[in-house]
Amino acid sequence: MSILYDERVDGPLPRVDKPALLAELRAQLPDLDVLHSPEDLKPYECDGLSAYRTTPLLVVLPERLEQVQSLLQICHRRGVPVVARGAGTGLSGGALPLEQGILLVLARFNKILEIDPAGRFARVQPGVRNLAISQAAAPYGLYYAPDPSSQIACSIGGNVAENAGGVHCLKYGLTVHNLLKVEILTASGERMTLGSDALDSPGFDLLALFTGSEGMLGIVTEVTVKLLPKPQVAKVLLAAFDSVEKAGRAVGDIIAAGIIPGGLEMMDNLAIRAAEDFIHAGYPVDAEAILLCELDGVEADVQDECERVRAVLEQAGATEVRLARDEAERVRFWAGRKNAFPAVGRISPDYYCMDGTIPRRELPGVLKGIAELSAEYGLRVANVFHAGDGNMHPLILFDANQPGELERAEAIGGKILELCVKVGGSITGEHGVGREKINQMCTQFNSDEITLFHAVKAAFDPKGLLNPGKNIPTLHRCAEFGAMHVHHGQLPFPDLERF
Amino acid sequence: MHDFDASAALLEQVNQALNSSTPLRIQGGNSKAFLGRKVVGEVLDTRAHRGIVSYDPTELVITVRTGTPLAELQAVLDAAGQMLTCEPPHLGATATVGGMLATGLSGPRRPWAGAVRDMVLGTRLITGFGKQLRFGGEVMKNVAGYDLSRLLAGSFGCLGVITEVSLKVLPKPRQSLSLRLQLDAEHALAKLSEWGQQPLPISAASHDGQALHLRLEGGEGSVAAARERLGGEPLDPLYWQQLNEQELPFFRDPRPLWRLSLANNSPLLTLPGEQLIDWGGAQRWLKSSASAEAIRTAVAAVGGHASCYTAGHCDSPFQPLAAPLLHYHRQLKAQLDPQGIFNPGRMYAEV
Repeated sequence: MSILYDERVDGPLPRVDKPALLAELRAQLPDLDVLHSPEDLKPYECDGLSAYRTTPLLVVLPERLEQVQSLLQICHRRGVPVVARGAGTGLSGGALPLEQGILLVLARFNKILEIDPAGRFARVQPGVRNLAISQAAAPYGLYYAPDPSSQIACSIGGNVAENAGGVHCLKYGLTVHNLLKVEILTASGERMTLGSDALDSPGFDLLALFTGSEGMLGIVTEVTVKLLPKPQVAKVLLAAFDSVEKAGRAVGDIIAAGIIPGGLEMMDNLAIRAAEDFIHAGYPVDAEAILLCELDGVEADVQDECERVRAVLEQAGATEVRLARDEAERVRFWAGRKNAFPAVGRISPDYYCMDGTIPRRELPGVLKGIAELSAEYGLRVANVFHAGDGNMHPLILFDANQPGELERAEAIGGKILELCVKVGGSITGEHGVGREKINQMCTQFNSDEITLFHAVKAAFDPKGLLNPGKNIPTLHRCAEFGAMHVHHGQLPFPDLERF
Repeated sequence: MHDFDASAALLEQVNQALNSSTPLRIQGGNSKAFLGRKVVGEVLDTRAHRGIVSYDPTELVITVRTGTPLAELQAVLDAAGQMLTCEPPHLGATATVGGMLATGLSGPRRPWAGAVRDMVLGTRLITGFGKQLRFGGEVMKNVAGYDLSRLLAGSFGCLGVITEVSLKVLPKPRQSLSLRLQLDAEHALAKLSEWGQQPLPISAASHDGQALHLRLEGGEGSVAAARERLGGEPLDPLYWQQLNEQELPFFRDPRPLWRLSLANNSPLLTLPGEQLIDWGGAQRWLKSSASAEAIRTAVAAVGGHASCYTAGHCDSPFQPLAAPLLHYHRQLKAQLDPQGIFNPGRMYAEV
């Protein structure tokens, strides 16, 4: 069942009179950059999920808050859908445009407004890149902790919209744990502050609700993030295992020893070989699995913890444990992991990256299930895993030029996510639902839960104009999707009308 | 009392209340009933719904029914060498997990380890539509759908009855050491601001008007090195519990108690009455007879807000919301609790 917007199941979209809208924007906002010709719109037809493309009605590139506010007011009055976009690096199609909607690009809001070392915060515009914040804070010995793999390019506004993660989440948290305050514009163009300069604010925790809401509840116009002192040292241990089960158990053993590593990553043999071939990180290519365990903090503690973790890994049956001898080797160990996706891209014409999370104890069973699905669908799957926090990134290898392979890749991807839900996990740990996992939402949530999500949306955007169709499926879509996925003779939505 | 799943009875009571449009006053151990506005309604008591649903220390997640005594939850974690990092205050022996979650109150470690909401991974909620639903889950990362679970932390029961919560827990630190440094409040704040920019293992910082109190937590090496560097005298760690439970002599002052939440580098505030600094400067306790307006004006001027902790002292114990924020609070309440039966008016008269 296609994930592209389908009015039959996703609800009717307003018909927008493009020439009239364009004329009004030009009259009301003469200095707003508006793209409208097909060749100008083309570069914006997808985000990081490039398999799916839709040409937007118009693209606007504002530079001032007042322009965004006026634009939203005009769209609200005329009933025009608005899809917000930051750097366009999202992997779930959260910024996939609509044919009947404006694509609101916030990339030009790229100024760092304030770095306050004494207050340990940075106040920035939404188009500022994630890494740029840490770079600006570096002279003060501070940094912004969440580090999604795309941190060179992704923008903080998008990070807020997706509640972005990274490899250091177990210890340092997600985006939601590292925000103080966001300024937003509502669907009707009202300005509102969520959170505050203090550690909490009166009323409901709307900052938490907005973080990860995928541009459905409001448009982020300014972000104040917490800055942390840079850890004094970071050291990395690399452990090789002759089975993924042993590697999985070793992760639990490290936690049981009372140690929370800064990063704890696992790769399976296919991922190890692809990465080693590409980066020459020095990975043991015969290992069935490797663990990378980074310990960071104050020098004396890190030394001590390295010894403790080494003992735990050896006890857990590691065939080899290596401590990166110097900073260069540490960077090389990480380079292999951080480039695992492009490395896999070299051994396959295309790959599809999944983002399920599971309770860690379920890892052996889930990996076995993935291997079985891989055999059944005839597609290879490489496994890269934020082992510390249970976030799996299975990479499905396929060739889009072979008829049917993309569909098979999507199908196996869906099955993997359903497997994650079955063992108590989630269909998405950090990439977001967007359009990509819109069908699998029907697996994770029942119709009453989805109805409540729609109620939340209605509280902030009763006309449904902000990013329609993303994140939360309609009950009609779930009914149709459910009809294709009858489990044990029981429909997941037995009380729904069928269309 | 035994572990028992009383969610069916709770759901039944909510459905009856929905049928008869009867407001409910949700209550656990009543230890934090003094906070917020008075609710008139039929009591919904969560305490029969108790027990740990699942706990696997190596997963760093515990799932617990909200009627469970907070002390019982902490004892289970303690036995496994783990803890609730946000150090929730009990404020009474009867405190429940549900009260911790609904009030969202956090203790001295909060600036370094996060608040109650930062531990929340998932919840079960009885809604204004008479259904018990599940949001979030038992995994560290989960961005499917809106984050209703974290929204519920600190919502004072105004959005539904929370029946179950999954919390992220962490190992207890290997070392913990408390110190007393002879510094006046102004110098203490300046030092805290300086130290905050350095990788020091500080996990609590309070000034009681006499001296700066610090707690260091981490590995043996980092705690010893920081102890060496910061100096000071050893402090009985009981101080932190007495601070958290409002048992220090400061809290005996008969004047109304206010909690001021400020940016962490805010200067000393000049207000009538006595102050005690916690959270490294980001939380100040105030004993004062000054008017709510005077206190809130002074606090708002530095970007903070003030809550009154003395029951019945003022009609809006929580800082009033700006007009657009209040509008969306009402919208959210209307959408999630259309009949307005859950703790109406507990936070604000209009919500």
